[in-house]
Amino acid sequence: MQIVDENNFESEVINQKGLVVVDFNADWCGPCQMLKPVLEQLANEEKAVKFVSVNVDQNQGLAREYGVMSIPCVVLLRDGQELTRNVGFAPKSVLQDLLKGKQA
Amino acid sequence: MTYDMVVIGAGIAGLTAAIYGRRANKKILVLESRTYGGQIVSTKSIENYPAAMGISGFEFATKIYEQAVSLGVEIKFENVMEVIDGTEKQIKTNQNVYLAKTVVIATGSKNRTMGLANEEKLIGKGISYCATCDGAFFKNKIVAVVGGGNTALGDALYLSDLAQKVYMIHRREQFSGEAALVEQIQARSNVEIIPNAQVVELWGEKQLTGVKISQNGVEKQLIVDGLFVAVGRVPENEKFANLVELDQHGYIIADESCQTGTVGIFVAGDCRTKTVRQLVTAAGDGAVAATNAIKYLNQL
Repeated sequence: MQIVDENNFESEVINQKGLVVVDFNADWCGPCQMLKPVLEQLANEEKAVKFVSVNVDQNQGLAREYGVMSIPCVVLLRDGQELTRNVGFAPKSVLQDLLKGKQA
Repeated sequence: MTYDMVVIGAGIAGLTAAIYGRRANKKILVLESRTYGGQIVSTKSIENYPAAMGISGFEFATKIYEQAVSLGVEIKFENVMEVIDGTEKQIKTNQNVYLAKTVVIATGSKNRTMGLANEEKLIGKGISYCATCDGAFFKNKIVAVVGGGNTALGDALYLSDLAQKVYMIHRREQFSGEAALVEQIQARSNVEIIPNAQVVELWGEKQLTGVKISQNGVEKQLIVDGLFVAVGRVPENEKFANLVELDQHGYIIADESCQTGTVGIFVAGDCRTKTVRQLVTAAGDGAVAATNAIKYLNQL
């Protein structure tokens, strides 16, 4: 999963056409570490969707901008606009449902 | 194919049972609806488990998971819907049906909610059940903690170091938590205790903006950015109500032998009737439940 930060968020996420999954996480957050391999697996299967990771400690501005108040927080965007999000650990099936019917 | 033991739940109790079962050379399947590790995964640092001081909950859970897998425990991420009793027990998940000679139920517990409209919608948008997980997002903000036990007091202490102001909303006059914690809370200048009060309404569409509380029957408004709910935990055993006996709170009734009233069905960890629910007692239950299940299997 590509790691993005405040410097390249606009070009790598906002200006991207199609679906982007943004994973807001932190090193100290256990459920975030649990979610990471699940997202990586999903990223391998969903080639049309871009998956990126944002560390909230290093990018507090982004976390604020997206109203992230609990992590892990997965935000799904299409053409830079938020469609939906999931807060907390979620098994693969729940994340698949999040993507279902949202293809660009 | 019939498993010797199917364990429901891959928390510490369930994984410990699986490890003991494998070491007795039994064929074991663990079924987990979410992720391994259970409740401990959200704990930043474990301070009370013998010989593992300072380890993170995630690391602790991962070590047990890897230990179980390396011993040959099968772990599948499927949600158990129903267990049907018989000489062979049928375990129905959202995807498959498995057969087993014994079942260990180790489903743990979940956070109790306040049961208010909007509560679920505002989770992660101002409402949280874990101060150490989410407190960092409320630096210099105004927050409230609901509850009066050790968890609520600990949350309020933790948050008072981060937030500008912490309200402690408690439905009774006195706290039920430890006296030492209560004293510490009372000494904090930015903590305001609101006794005999309950949250009755949550405000906010995209984000929590405030709450309405009722104190001694008088309604008041509090403007808060965050609300940390620490009103206890509840088991999730409804689906086993026809299989084993539950107490009035929904815990599966079994003594320290971890043997339920149903032959071949065992229970381990927080979902069992007991007084001390700790990491170490969860592991202890896992060992006891598996050992008694193995004894039962060897007599078949």
